[in-house]
Amino acid sequence: MHPLIHSAIHHDALISWLAMIGFGAYHGLNPGMGWLFSLSRGLQLQSERAVWSSLIPIALGHGAAVTVVAALVLAAGHLMDPAVLRVVTAATLLAFGVYKLFRYYRHPLWVGMQVGMRDLFFWSFLMASAHGAGVMVAPVLLSLTRPHGLHTAAEEEITSAVVMLLAISVHTAAMLGVMGLVAWVVYKKLGLAVLRKGWLNFDLLWAGALLAVGVVALFGALSGGGHH
Amino acid sequence: MTLFRPDPTFYPSPRMAMDAPPEKVGYVATLNYGGAPKPDALAVVDLDPASKGYGEIIHRLEMPYIGDELHHYGWNCCSSALCPAAPHPHQERRYLIVPGLRSSRIYIIDTKPDPARPTISKIIEPEELMEMSGYSRPHTVHCGPDAIYVSALASANGKGSGGIFMMDHFNFNVLGPWEEDRGAQDLSYDFWWHFTHDVMITSEWGKPAQFENGLILDDLINSRYGKNLHFWDLRRRKNVQTVSFGNDYQLVFEVRPAHEPNKTYGFVCVVLGLKDLSSSIWMWHRESSGSWGITKVIDIPAEPADAKLLPPPLQGFGAVPPLVTDIDLSLDDRFLYVSCWGTGELLQYDVSDPFHPRQTGSIKLGGIVRRMAHPKSGPLLGGPQMVEISRDGRRVYFTNSLYGIVDDQFYPDKMSGWMAKVDVDPNGGIALDGNFFVDFGETRAHQVRLEGGDASTDTFCYPS
Repeated sequence: MHPLIHSAIHHDALISWLAMIGFGAYHGLNPGMGWLFSLSRGLQLQSERAVWSSLIPIALGHGAAVTVVAALVLAAGHLMDPAVLRVVTAATLLAFGVYKLFRYYRHPLWVGMQVGMRDLFFWSFLMASAHGAGVMVAPVLLSLTRPHGLHTAAEEEITSAVVMLLAISVHTAAMLGVMGLVAWVVYKKLGLAVLRKGWLNFDLLWAGALLAVGVVALFGALSGGGHH
Repeated sequence: MTLFRPDPTFYPSPRMAMDAPPEKVGYVATLNYGGAPKPDALAVVDLDPASKGYGEIIHRLEMPYIGDELHHYGWNCCSSALCPAAPHPHQERRYLIVPGLRSSRIYIIDTKPDPARPTISKIIEPEELMEMSGYSRPHTVHCGPDAIYVSALASANGKGSGGIFMMDHFNFNVLGPWEEDRGAQDLSYDFWWHFTHDVMITSEWGKPAQFENGLILDDLINSRYGKNLHFWDLRRRKNVQTVSFGNDYQLVFEVRPAHEPNKTYGFVCVVLGLKDLSSSIWMWHRESSGSWGITKVIDIPAEPADAKLLPPPLQGFGAVPPLVTDIDLSLDDRFLYVSCWGTGELLQYDVSDPFHPRQTGSIKLGGIVRRMAHPKSGPLLGGPQMVEISRDGRRVYFTNSLYGIVDDQFYPDKMSGWMAKVDVDPNGGIALDGNFFVDFGETRAHQVRLEGGDASTDTFCYPS
């Protein structure tokens, strides 16, 4: 079996892959992360197509923000011991979670409703970065980049990068799917009234989620760093 | 700020906001002017017809200082919190941002836990406002999704250009001036926006020297008061177009854009036509080229009057100007209410076709010459001035004071403050509510804000 595929479907990695999909779905559910913008554009332009076409740059912006974090994690891997990196990642998550817990209502300032594809991309990038979407998936990415059965450092490195990109793609696809589904259901079936009742305080939930993921990551890092 | 679901007073679309429950209390900025040196106050009026105190002042929150001239004010946040560009749906609409137009002091007033007994929770002192924003004489307050926007009539020293500054909508700190490039804009007054089109519109009154000691006839005749409307790129904070009404039209006042977010037109009132003392309502509209045009859609003539019955500034003219100093547009963009403060009349226009308004209602109350009484009052001074429509469009409240010293110019017999109400026929037509009359005594009554929002406080981001 090719080592890349071997690594990807390794039994230990299954939970991590499911986690990437789960986080993607969760990010897609949050109105503030994207689908609300696509919905409002669809309504403003009276076009169901606009709902869909807006989702693409939003998903890409989100994916890009996660990629930046992934690249940072990879780079950090060169500078420190993997076990230390895991603790550092978990600590960052916890710090971000505590910060969001007390400042959960703060959002990046973004003024503008007439937006093109590029604006939506940057807006989504900004939202995902500021809210720690990338940080949230970092420990999972770390656990996925421990290749098995490889011999050379170069091979390891390439494999790590490819697996990360694959994981980010899966995460982004899951987010896009959930975002699209929610936007479509609200656009076609539920209507705007759902915003009044169904819009839970995702910002507060988000802070809680960051903390929860941080605790799990810290526990994993301290207990040997794997799903053994 | 700890809500788990959106504030129930937020609505995605104007049509949905029309289904909001009726207001139970209203807030009125009241002014102590010309009498004993007492501070201004925010009065709470009971608007619940089922309540024993209906139509009565049930509480007065006195300010700690004297001489603020409380004027226009607004909520800390509103339906714009649902806008997708900067969503904050779990904020609470609970604080009134109440500026003193003369003192440049801003009060942050908390309407919870008891809406009938608001309290002052923070005071922004004039020095702080001037230092942080570079402006003074704060005027209109609008709750944007990303901040509180406030217009100011002058620079910090009172002589330079007015403009707009922003306030943090969580801790109410003054953030700084809003403009990047003001272009031809110098004078300032009211503002609002077509939010989903990233367009802001600002109007013009004058510099403090032109109103703080009363209106100056010489400045009027020489066209030194505001006569322009400015259109801004809301996102880039740049003035993109200035439209002039010409030297014959002075005092470009209240800006009322259509509420429906996919529309790009609105109305503005011009207080005085210099040729014949008429007032006019103009409509702005976006042209196919993308630039903005204005069209005069309503002309309200002055009424001839015996010079002996007129106050000094008008005696030479032998006529009462309507002095349209406020207008308000119902949330369905159907009815425009027009306050004729000089003649003492409230007009209702059907503006379904905004280019061709149709007058559908009128009531007379007060007026410089007519002094029309309310069923519950004697002859009245002042006339309909600040006007506010309930979210469902069924009730319209109005007060009679414009601005302390200007009140005395046009109503030199020292008017008292009052508030009245009309009921609206959904098909057009208004009728004075003979049972609703709030007497503020020597205290002047200015702007009205309704619990949960009204027709001039909310911005909606989703079409109905």
